Amino acid sequence: MVELVVNGGRYELDAPVGTSLAEALRERIGLTGTKLACGEGHCGACTVLVDGKPALSCITLAHRLDGREVTTIEGLRDHPMVAAFVRADALQCGFCTPGQIVSAVALVEASPEPGADEIRHRMAGNICRCGTYPKIEEAIRTWQG
Amino acid sequence: MARLIRTEKEIEGRYEEVWIVVEEDALDQWPAGPLEIVGKPAPRMDGYERARGEAVYTADLELPGMLHTAVLRSPHPHARVRSIDLSKALAAPGVHAAIGPNDIPQLVDECCYQGHAVAAVCADTYATARAALSLIEIDWDVREPLLDPNEAVARRSFLSDPRVRERGDADKGLAAADVIVEGEFRTQVVLHNSMETHQAVVQWFGDGIDVYISTQAIWAVRDRVAEQLGVAADKVRVVCNYMGGGFGSKNGPDDYTFIAAELAKRTGRPVKCALTRREENLAVGNRNATIQRLTVGAKSDGTLTALLGEYVNAVGWGGWMAPTDGPMHSLYACANVRSTLYGAKLNLPPMKAFRAPGFVEGTFGLESLLDELAAKLGIDPLELRRINHADHDAEDDRPFSSKNLLECYRRAEPHWERRHEVRARSTETVKRGVGMASQVWYGGGGPPSYAWVRVGSDGRANVVTAMQDIGTGTRTAMAMIAAEELGIPLDHVTVSLGDSSRGPHATMSAGSSTTPSVGPAVRAAAADARRQIEEIAEQRGTPDAPLAEVVALLEDAQILGTGARGPNPTGMQVLTFGVQVAEVAVDIETGEIWVERVAAIHDVGRVINPLGARSQIEGGIIQGIGHTLSEERLHDPKTGTILTTTLDAYRLPTIADVPEIVSELVDEPDTHLTNLGSKGLGEPPIVPTAAAIANAIRDATGADVRSLPISREEMLRALREAESRKSGEQRGAPAAV
Repeated sequence: MVELVVNGGRYELDAPVGTSLAEALRERIGLTGTKLACGEGHCGACTVLVDGKPALSCITLAHRLDGREVTTIEGLRDHPMVAAFVRADALQCGFCTPGQIVSAVALVEASPEPGADEIRHRMAGNICRCGTYPKIEEAIRTWQG
Repeated sequence: MARLIRTEKEIEGRYEEVWIVVEEDALDQWPAGPLEIVGKPAPRMDGYERARGEAVYTADLELPGMLHTAVLRSPHPHARVRSIDLSKALAAPGVHAAIGPNDIPQLVDECCYQGHAVAAVCADTYATARAALSLIEIDWDVREPLLDPNEAVARRSFLSDPRVRERGDADKGLAAADVIVEGEFRTQVVLHNSMETHQAVVQWFGDGIDVYISTQAIWAVRDRVAEQLGVAADKVRVVCNYMGGGFGSKNGPDDYTFIAAELAKRTGRPVKCALTRREENLAVGNRNATIQRLTVGAKSDGTLTALLGEYVNAVGWGGWMAPTDGPMHSLYACANVRSTLYGAKLNLPPMKAFRAPGFVEGTFGLESLLDELAAKLGIDPLELRRINHADHDAEDDRPFSSKNLLECYRRAEPHWERRHEVRARSTETVKRGVGMASQVWYGGGGPPSYAWVRVGSDGRANVVTAMQDIGTGTRTAMAMIAAEELGIPLDHVTVSLGDSSRGPHATMSAGSSTTPSVGPAVRAAAADARRQIEEIAEQRGTPDAPLAEVVALLEDAQILGTGARGPNPTGMQVLTFGVQVAEVAVDIETGEIWVERVAAIHDVGRVINPLGARSQIEGGIIQGIGHTLSEERLHDPKTGTILTTTLDAYRLPTIADVPEIVSELVDEPDTHLTNLGSKGLGEPPIVPTAAAIANAIRDATGADVRSLPISREEMLRALREAESRKSGEQRGAPAAV
């Protein structure tokens, strides 16, 4: 058994070795805002925060997170970054967007007014096949409204 | 009035003659430019649910009792299944059913490409199903694959008959040329890699079937499922409310839908069949590789006298022959054009449409060679394109419904003028330059597409049309059109889409056809509702009363408007146009290339939502940059094994690869086309990007890059070639005095 704190709520889960955090979130807890696009840590769609730091939930093992705090897009729904993404049109199909927003939130928590280079460096692990990158950069630059 | 007409229908550059019922498009064109709502930027109406992770994609569906599927795919490019035994897989705990070759047509024992589906298992969890695959005993007879497209042409291994197109007399045209340039261009296989992999959830209800699917074409899925399963079309319900990208790869049901349908039938449970990213990189289509042998002849004043092309599309095992020859026949006024197009059938995964199929590849070859011609003639590349501008469709001798390419060129001038300043920023080892390329593509859409508009006593309207929004923002565009026509605020309009049993037929989200096809139907439906409301107002003696006041009397009554897309204009060619200007930097020591700026000016008729339109342009250019510089599906040339099945091996562009992008739209309604005057914008922006970058590289370095992607190896090869050409010229030149 593993105890996770997800978006402030406590969950006790039976997570056999091999269960990824993404599976635990999506299939056990029912939080499907976290998307799985590659399942092997290459695209960033599954990004969540573990103790405030971005993590790829598809290659993070759930049983190793006993007592840790996990924040998913569901926990960030009212974060101003969401409105910034919508305002800037920083999403098209939207499948990578929750992961983008989680990464962007982690970025601005650490650096509230990031420059272009910092944004490009810190967001390069989140792939968007629709190519919304210029708008993502705009959203992050203007997230405070 | 409804009429049955025989008309030409175009999708992704493929024409077919079809019978369709059309209703006249009787509405007057709106004035050009921004209106109350249409033409002004609006954030997408489904932005929040997507951004907040609330939108339920097919990947998120979990129906009660649902089983998960794993598919056994051929690891060999060409092999026969001598024998297969599913019994151990079937006996594994948690497994509910297993199917193999010939249980359905999509599962085969003659495997003709790596990834060809052979068998499938469904179980309580995906992990259980996947583990059971390893229990399938299979004996392979591995055969020699055919992999080389030139060899396929020599052996006449064709997907369909070669296509020859000619206008005028290309040989005579070539004989009349003062200058001839020729070159062989190659483009690579690129993969769609939509973020949501191909998948479906299928559930039977008696003799009816529900299909939840990540698709661009719910009606195509409905019809093909109905046909193969022998179910009445209206008993197939296809649902796609949100989907995670398609780019041309999700226009049909594919193997996974039929696998899920068969397993659902056998188990009596809902069954999901979702592909992994690795399967996605094998078995769901690609932009095929091409070889293009091109010749261009011109007078010394720049007038083109002949365009000749031999095109080989390395199609793979299936798909169709994309019009790689298209730009050669439609971009310029040249009187003499001849092309031959071969579709090489190979033991490689099948192609599918991918964002302007054929035209992306063909524009790279043609527009690169045109710049080589400009250099040889000493004519400015932009001027050369103006000289050969086509003022009508020379292929079929008919006028364009609208064309503002010259206006695009005019607006490109300030970007083109930057080349002197850009070049001046070159250093000893980093050379900078500017290149341009023109764009031509389809995008006019056509009938049939229908819409309903419902107005209630609260003054709000609901648009119902069974189209899908693949992420382009068409849902928002439809709401804007209805709000404009009804004269109500945008936030008073909702749109119901993505369900074949809950709305009228609408076009597929492909071929840049959604807005130009469904938009006019939505406007017609809104106009129908508005007319009824005006009639009520008149009956009440308050003809000028605002809509909200009139409908407030309705209580539970509703106003129902219907609308249909009218016919395309007779005897006219409908195309989209544009130009892009790219700025690059090339490190001539390492071969590294940076795209620093791209300016894009496109002509797609009326713009509905300038915000969403800019996003389409940026997205197209970024995909184009990936196609030009980094993306390539590789296979082992000896065995045919695909080497790039993961997203670390297959290199998609990231935010760090994005240049400054400046975009502009001419925004002039095509008054001949529809009541809306809009064409599509999904595909045009990706068409000229590769050629504009290649031409900028030539401007920067003098090197002719001839193959995509322009890897460092290709860049260094082109630089060496240019260097040896230069020293050859110096040796042959008279000594300086």
